[in-house]
Amino acid sequence: MTYHIYLYILVMALVSYAIRVLPLVLLRHQIQNRFLQSFLYYVPYVTLAVMTFPAILEATQSPISGALALIVGIVAAWFGASLFRVAVSCCAVVFVTELLMSLLG
Amino acid sequence: MRENPYSLKKPETMDVFRQGLRDGLPIGLGYFAVAFSLGITAKNAGVSPFQGFLMSLLTNASAGEYAGITLIAAGSTYLEMAIMILVANARYLLMSCAMSQRMHPDCPWYHRPLMAYDITDELFAIAISREGYLHPYYTYGAVLSAAPFWAVGTALGCIAGNLMPLRVISALSVALFGMFLAVIVPAARKDKVIAGLVTICFVVSYVAYHLPALAAISSGTKTILLTVVISAVAAVLFPHKEEEKKEDEAQ
Repeated sequence: MTYHIYLYILVMALVSYAIRVLPLVLLRHQIQNRFLQSFLYYVPYVTLAVMTFPAILEATQSPISGALALIVGIVAAWFGASLFRVAVSCCAVVFVTELLMSLLG
Repeated sequence: MRENPYSLKKPETMDVFRQGLRDGLPIGLGYFAVAFSLGITAKNAGVSPFQGFLMSLLTNASAGEYAGITLIAAGSTYLEMAIMILVANARYLLMSCAMSQRMHPDCPWYHRPLMAYDITDELFAIAISREGYLHPYYTYGAVLSAAPFWAVGTALGCIAGNLMPLRVISALSVALFGMFLAVIVPAARKDKVIAGLVTICFVVSYVAYHLPALAAISSGTKTILLTVVISAVAAVLFPHKEEEKKEDEAQ
């Protein structure tokens, strides 16, 4: 049996949309259960935190520039920088750090 | 009949839409870098630029698409593909649940399936970090400026391969993490429980990443497991007081 890339793409699209649409469409009412309420309140922050570290150290060419980006990002966000500013600061830190590292050697 | 709070006739609807467009742009730029490297992988698996474009436009998932491309390269079955996408993207299921709890009771039904189209880590993050109910037009604005970068980036990655300097890709790739921090850190500053949780997440995630016993588990699965376990423990130990949130919204 041969597999077609367009059918693979169709499977990928259908499954990912089903995952995203079913809870949003089926959960019509506010959940009253205290545990579930608290669980869903914490989920976004926990997922994002888990995905940020240590992955940020692996995303760059050197773990050092990744670690510096993490620190600068935390400081910038703590002092109320916008989403865009935080993201750009992180990119700039990585670019400058890796440039310096390649120059120094 | 109750009034539609998100009618296009309301002047603030277009304002919120424009805010979404603006906030989606940096996400789009971050997507572009990641999509570009995804496109390079896709090309190596025999995916054409148009197929890469279509895949990204319809699937909108970084980890899921990477996993999917490796299965295409391996010639796996469609069932394996379905299970892989389910596991790699299971966190979107949790995000969709969380979003359902922030919908206005009078929001027309058709907004729900539309808002579901591009639930990703970043777009979820900026939508959920806004005060009060989720505004469909904020999401539409953000998706409209971010999603094309994801799809076009993939196609260009398929075409252009390794033309972009590595240092530029390296710098752009932390944009996504910067966005995550911009959501987590202000919340941690306001709520001590979240601050503690984030610290614990960093430590546990670091340990899980380096523990040899967990090496066989993919990073997507680890993310799901850690999210469920840590959030569940936090929900038992520190039940969130919903009343306070409603008072905030009333102000």
